[in-house]
Amino acid sequence: MKILVCIKQVPDLESRFKPNAEGVWYSETDLAWRMNEYDEYAVEQAVQLREKLGETTELTVLSIGPERVVEAIKKALAMGCDRAVHVRDSAAAAKDPWQIASIIAAYAKREGFDLIFAGMQSQDRGSAQVGVAVAEQLGYACTTTIVGFEYDNGAITAKRELEGGMKGVVRMKAPALITCQLGLNVPRYPTLPNIMKAKKKEISVIPVAELLTEGALANTTSFHSPAKKGGGVVLEGEVDLLVSQLLGILHEKTAVFR
Amino acid sequence: MKALLIGEQREGKLLDSTYELFGFAAQLGAETAMLLVGSESQLPAYSGTLYLADAASCGEYNPDLHKQLLLEAVQRENPDCIVFMHTSYGWDLAPRVAASLKIAQVSEVTGIVGGGLEVGCCNAKMRRTVKPATPKTVITIQAGAFPAGQPGGAPQVQRLAAAANGRLEFVGYEPAEKKEVDLTKAEVIVSAGRGVGKKENIPVVRALATALGGELGASRPVVDSGWVEHSHQVGTTGQTVSPRLYVACGISGAIQHLAGMKKADFIVAINKDKDAPIGEIADVLVVADVLQFVPALTAKIQR
Ligand SMILES: Cc1cc2nc3c(=O)[nH]c(=O)nc-3n(C[C@H](O)[C@H](O)[C@H](O)COP(=O)(O)OP(=O)(O)OC[C@H]3O[C@@H](n4cnc5c(N)ncnc54)[C@H](O)[C@@H]3O)c2cc1C
Repeated sequence: MKILVCIKQVPDLESRFKPNAEGVWYSETDLAWRMNEYDEYAVEQAVQLREKLGETTELTVLSIGPERVVEAIKKALAMGCDRAVHVRDSAAAAKDPWQIASIIAAYAKREGFDLIFAGMQSQDRGSAQVGVAVAEQLGYACTTTIVGFEYDNGAITAKRELEGGMKGVVRMKAPALITCQLGLNVPRYPTLPNIMKAKKKEISVIPVAELLTEGALANTTSFHSPAKKGGGVVLEGEVDLLVSQLLGILHEKTAVFR
Repeated sequence: MKALLIGEQREGKLLDSTYELFGFAAQLGAETAMLLVGSESQLPAYSGTLYLADAASCGEYNPDLHKQLLLEAVQRENPDCIVFMHTSYGWDLAPRVAASLKIAQVSEVTGIVGGGLEVGCCNAKMRRTVKPATPKTVITIQAGAFPAGQPGGAPQVQRLAAAANGRLEFVGYEPAEKKEVDLTKAEVIVSAGRGVGKKENIPVVRALATALGGELGASRPVVDSGWVEHSHQVGTTGQTVSPRLYVACGISGAIQHLAGMKKADFIVAINKDKDAPIGEIADVLVVADVLQFVPALTAKIQR
């Protein structure tokens, strides 16, 4: 059995974002990078399944992006993926979800995976399209936003998360793609021995030109800060001073101390 | 300009958010038609064309089938845009339709600006303006971003039936976990977010809640990590609250959290990041480390 997990490297979301030279995405200067949170759940689920199914199963991790994404790939390998594919693309951030999906689908078509895991969305772009679009391009069954997963001999039972804490249970057969949601599992921390082992695992590099055939269907024309809604007070300074300032405001504006 | 709006029913009940689709269409200045897979007893008050497929035979969640129905309605209406709510139903179905038609999709739209669509990015900290490059567009809109429309009237129903079976079998719904804490009645809620750092620090936030005579709330990662029980979760997949005072400790302000608490009368956020999006809705943003500020605040209140 062959499993693929798709990951994206994203900036630390606590960073301060500034527009790039074109003004259509963030500038990469001074950013720290990590694996997209939703993808960590995808990797963990894929690794758990790989462990359950044993040596006859091969788990590949794929990431598209410039050289820096190798860090995220290495983490996935240290978590337990068997091999990796780095689709090298220095302009990945300028591609739309349809193009990203078509690149993944073009690779997956060559390999014929039984199961594909992806995050439900990226934390930076947040379009929640790529996973589903890959499934559509491959003609795979697909469900999204899962918080529960079971696999038994080609049959998948997945629990989808709906609004208000309600869930929907769905069954389907491989080949299939699922997108993973927060709370699906607790992603493991790679251990030192596994980090060492991961160094010997294969990372094959594919230039994006080999896989890209599609043009963009949508374009970003501007990247900017939200318009300030105003009204809010921002308090900065010494903790003791902040405490009395806040208490003053609460006394004046709310009834909690009355 | 014509918009095909995709309504939504859950367990046979029309979702209120369906009316936000009309609000969006009105801002767009678009004519409308609607598609709904649901039961006839719960139709929207709307006098336009309603393509109706029966949920009893098509299922409420059967994306393969719903996609077919939708493509049929698109064929008949030839709309310029196909609009969903950005819900678990919408974000699941929309990309399938966009891929089938090979047209642009713009997700979780929050506004319409000069020929483009505004969407959030970087965990709601920043915004993008997106312009579709295809004649038709699939759009999902953020819940609460557009005021609900009140079209009124009774729809002209056109029935649709799907030909095949889907590849997904819907087994059933599971109700939300029972709530041990009813946050909806709390006058004061003090919530812990991931910025609290670790489970051992939760008592710091709980102490402030107690000092203010309120309840402990939490963001989702805090619940997912098992620091706080699920019944304390605030947000789209937790509880929707409207206390007189809401204090967010180390919470960034993702839309799914805001959806659960933005109706609070007064919002205080404590965050070390001055740019955290929670600042957009907070009445007071205290730029500080939760672990320094919160204990100091609690001590002063107790005095
Ligand atoms: C379908 C769906 C449904 C969801 N439902 C919900 C829901 O119901 N409720 C919910 O809450 N989320 C929900 N989420 C998750 C949501 O998108 C966010 O991931 C989540 O709200 C983030 O929680 P947080 O703010 O605690 O953590 P983070 O986003 O990680 O933010 C932590 C914040 O703490 C600050 N911070 C860090 N350290 C300190 C410190 N020492 N002192 C002060 N500040 C500090 C940081 O600056 C940051 O702003 C949902 C997501 C999806 C996709």
